[in-house]
This record gives sequence, structure tokens and C-alpha cells, in this order.
Amino acid sequence: MIDLPVGAPEGVVVADAVGADVACFPTREQYFELVSAFKDGGYELCSDVCAVDYLGHEDRLLPEGVAATRFEVVVNLLSLTKRSRVRIRVQAGDEPQVASLFSLYPGVEAMEREAFDLFGVIFTDHPDLTRILMPEDWEGHPLRKDYSVGRVPVQFKEAPGPR
Amino acid sequence: MTEPTVRAVDRADLLTAETSEGAQELQRRELTPTGELGREVGAVLRVDGRVLDARSIDVDRRDDETMIINMGPSHPSTHGVLRLMLELDGEFVLRTKPVIGYLHTGMEKTGEELSYIQGATNVTRMDYLSPVINELSYSMAVEKLLDIEVPERAVWIRMMMSELNRMSSHLVWMATNGMDLGSSSMMIYGLRERELILAFFEKTTGLRMNLNYVRPGGVAADLPDGWQDDVLVICDTIEERTYEYDQLLTGQPIFRNRMIGVAPLMAEEALALGVTGPLLRSTGVAWDLRRTMPYLAYDQVDFDVIVGTYGDNFDRYAIRLNEIRESARIVRQCVEKMPSGDYRSQDPKVTPPPRARIGESMEALIHHFKLFTEGFHVPAGEVYSAVESPRGELGCYLVADGTAKPWRMHVRAPSFVNLQAVPLLMRGGTVSDAITVISTVDPVLGEVDR
Repeated sequence: MIDLPVGAPEGVVVADAVGADVACFPTREQYFELVSAFKDGGYELCSDVCAVDYLGHEDRLLPEGVAATRFEVVVNLLSLTKRSRVRIRVQAGDEPQVASLFSLYPGVEAMEREAFDLFGVIFTDHPDLTRILMPEDWEGHPLRKDYSVGRVPVQFKEAPGPR
Repeated sequence: MTEPTVRAVDRADLLTAETSEGAQELQRRELTPTGELGREVGAVLRVDGRVLDARSIDVDRRDDETMIINMGPSHPSTHGVLRLMLELDGEFVLRTKPVIGYLHTGMEKTGEELSYIQGATNVTRMDYLSPVINELSYSMAVEKLLDIEVPERAVWIRMMMSELNRMSSHLVWMATNGMDLGSSSMMIYGLRERELILAFFEKTTGLRMNLNYVRPGGVAADLPDGWQDDVLVICDTIEERTYEYDQLLTGQPIFRNRMIGVAPLMAEEALALGVTGPLLRSTGVAWDLRRTMPYLAYDQVDFDVIVGTYGDNFDRYAIRLNEIRESARIVRQCVEKMPSGDYRSQDPKVTPPPRARIGESMEALIHHFKLFTEGFHVPAGEVYSAVESPRGELGCYLVADGTAKPWRMHVRAPSFVNLQAVPLLMRGGTVSDAITVISTVDPVLGEVDR
């Protein structure tokens, strides 16, 4: 368990995660302020930003005081001086929208674009929120759980056709 | 003779519409707000305290004075299907924007459809130059969730294979970098040396690439008889040949002119952009997960973290060359200290029964069948496990929901993040420097697009 850095918003839930990591659960309003406090507290590098779609898992295990939503944005911060990691899991809502971390860590640009592209998470104040992996005219966000993987019909030789 | 149905003019529009990536592309100057002109220069310039310098970007320049050209997606020096849109002023690069996604095959979505045992075959195809390290990151994440111990021997086998893989990956880099700079002899030498390692991989795992060797619970097979000799010969040969590369490249005036002082990166820029691996170390930051946050048994072997000073192309080259030597050093220590014992966990939950028992025991057969059809269940939870790949921090974020398939499998690909440094490094250089920049950033497009 770690102490929250100076300047962190009041009332952020902190819990131990699997492995040696620690996870913080800010609300959407606390999110930017918390990451900013961590940055000032020596977490120089934002190693990862990704989103998770928990469709149908609203009853998942979360610490007390955290209201589960369908989407979660997960940020992994790394401190080179402390040699430690911290994970920030923010409940992004059912219509996912969180603040962009671009002004703190410019390196999240591509990662947030990826989360937008594949999950439809809106990062407010992101400078260039366009698709990055999928083509520009693609419909839907493929990593969402309600986005079907689809299938290509396999034509077997001499097998009767669909009709 | 049939009448053409589409006139040539219409066809040009049609082609543009079909191939355009719209807003993902580098926009023309007149469509870009002045404050945003610095964006493609490199996102770092928009950080507080590093405001856009009026001298660093000429806002008065008009569109008809510059030219936007596409490099890639199938340009031989872009190392895959990387498409770079360059805004050129004569021969000088003003703005750059990488447009990626041409190799996107939805591997993270695929990962959700595969069981934990099958998952390793999926991740191994991401960074196809360092398959072992991909599998390692994934397997370590699964093991953390399962909370199982891996036997000592498996740990050391994993470490040795990772280092061999790091050598082979850096050798391919040496080869392609040589090729980009016009030294086709280096191309041949690099791939020749890599062949030794791939041959050893084939002997051990049955495959040369995409090994599926490191699996949750251990490794797929024990090392073959006489592996010590094979490995030592590989180390001797490659170590000796790195000194030949020194003669061929390190002291060579043309090579030095194109590398030294070209495309420097500063430590704070690298950190702000989230850049890791040889790129970060070249700026003087001694950050190597093998040393700073040891996993496997890296705290029990002796090796140096190679650090650069100026963060230029030459530092990045020198770091990779010396990392080959350091990896050989680790491999030698693995040969010396390799413990005996099991090569995979004996936890029946994740490990199938030995082959011999399947023929004589019905239970063993059922167990084997269940394990490979249904897979094992992983307790609900989420974990992030990171390892040092040849390109930087390779992380795997895994969310389990208690079933036999991951709920979410996300890979933090070092190339994907490192690619953001390209526009910054290319700024102000010539097109020929741009080639060396792509080369020394060393993106693997399989991993960028996943």
C-alpha cells in the first residue's frame, strides 16, 4: 500500500492489486487531478493507457465505495526514481468519457487514440482524437463486447450450400 | 472493345476516396491551426514549459512552398507497412506524421477468444522478432493471476532463451540498419549470425519463429542434449563477430557521418513521450527493467546496462551492439548456473500429464483432453506484467473473469509508443536522415498495429 502523493484529491480509494502493484480508483472528476499529483510525486513515465469493457460484469470485485460502470480506463504509471508502478482505474461510465492526460504526458497521445478507436472512449481535450488502427470510415468500436467478431463462411467442397 | 465505365478523372477521385485515411493523415498547413503546427513537430513541444518556439516552426510558410509526400506503407526502409507523411521543404523534413494500422489484425480481440493455453500462440506473433519475450510477458501475467510458482530450471531456461532472442533481434536490427545506410554486407552478416540462433530455436522448440515455447506454467520442452555446446558456440561466434562489425561500421567514416549527432533525443523528451528501451537508454537514463525491476533471475546474473550520452543515432547503434555482447554474457552465466529439475510446473491445473502416462491411464487422457479443449480457469482479477523487450517495456495487461478465456488482453507494445518519437527526431533533418531515424527507432510493425 502506498501513500497518495501530495495534492491528491480527497477520498480516492486505494487497494492492493495482484502482484506488487497498487491500484487507485478515482472518480471521473478526481482522475486528472490524481494523475497530476502522481506526476508531481515522481511518476515520470506513463507506460500504458487502455480501456476495458466490462459489459455484463457490473458485479465484479471492486473495493468498497467504487461504483462499477461498464467501461473502465486503466492507466499504468511508472516511477523511475522510486522504481514502482501504480495503476489507476477510473470508472469511465457507460458512455465512456474521461479527461485526456495529454497535457501531463504527451506520450499518451497514441494510446488514447487507440482506446478511442477500439472502445469509443472520448478523451476530452485530446488534440487529435481520430482513429488510429482502424480505417477512418469504420463503423463501431471493435473491442467492445457487443461488437461481434463476425465470421467468414467456409465453403467446403461438395458440401450443400446454405439453401 | 468495351467502353470504360469510369472516366480517368473520376477514377482518380475514387482512388483517393478509397485510399484516404481522412483525419488520420497529415493535414495541409492551411487546414492546421497555427498552434497545432507544432504537433507533428513532436508532441513534446506542447508540454508546459516547452512552448512552441517561433523559430522552430515557420508559421508564415504557405502550402505552395512545401510538399506533403507519403513514405510507405510499402517503402523498403520503413521496416514493414509503416506509412509516414512527410512535409518537406526542399529536402528538409518539417512535419511528420506516422499513419499506422495497415497491419492491424485485431490480435487483442483474438486474445479474448482464445483460452489461456492458446494465448501464447497469439502474442508470439505480435513482435515477430522477439517471440520468446512476448510469450514471457503474457505467461508471467497468467502466472501472477494463477499465483503459481515456476520451477527454477524453467526460470533459467526462459532467461537464456530471452537473451538469445534479444541477440537475434538486435542482429536483425544491425542487418536492416546496415541495409538502410547502404551497407549490404552488414545485411548479410547480421542475418547470417541470426541464423545460428534460429537454428538453436528450431532444435529446442521445433520452430524458428513464433515459437510458443514459453507457456503459462513453464516452458514447452526441456533443452535438447548437448545444448551447452550449441549455446557456447553461438556466444563465441557472435561475440567475435561483433568486433568485425566494429571494423565494418563503428569506425567507418561514412557510417559515422550519418549517425553521429543525427536526430538527438533528450532524456526529458523521451520520458514525456513514454519512450523506453534502447531509445531511452541512449539519452543517458539507465532504465532497464532487467536491472531496475528484476524479473526471472536477472538479479542473480552479472551484466551491464548500456547507457548512451547524446541520444543520437550513433548512441542507439552503440547500445544495441553492446547489448548483444551483454546478452552473450548472460547466456554464458545461464549455461554455468543452469539448475536441474523440472522445466514446467507440476501443478496439474495448468500442466498436462506426461505423454507416457496418457497411454496407460484413462484419467491422464481425460485430464489432457480437458486441458486442451476447455483450458484451465483463472481466478478473476487483473494484472500488469512488464518485461524488457529488445525495443523497450513490453507490458501485458490481463483481465480475468474466472473463466478459461481472458476477459481482456492488452499488450503495451514498446514500438507503438516509441513511434511517437519519430516526428520529433525527424524534424529539421533531411530525407536521408529520416531513413536512419526510422531504422534506429526500430519499430516492429506487427507489434505497432497488433
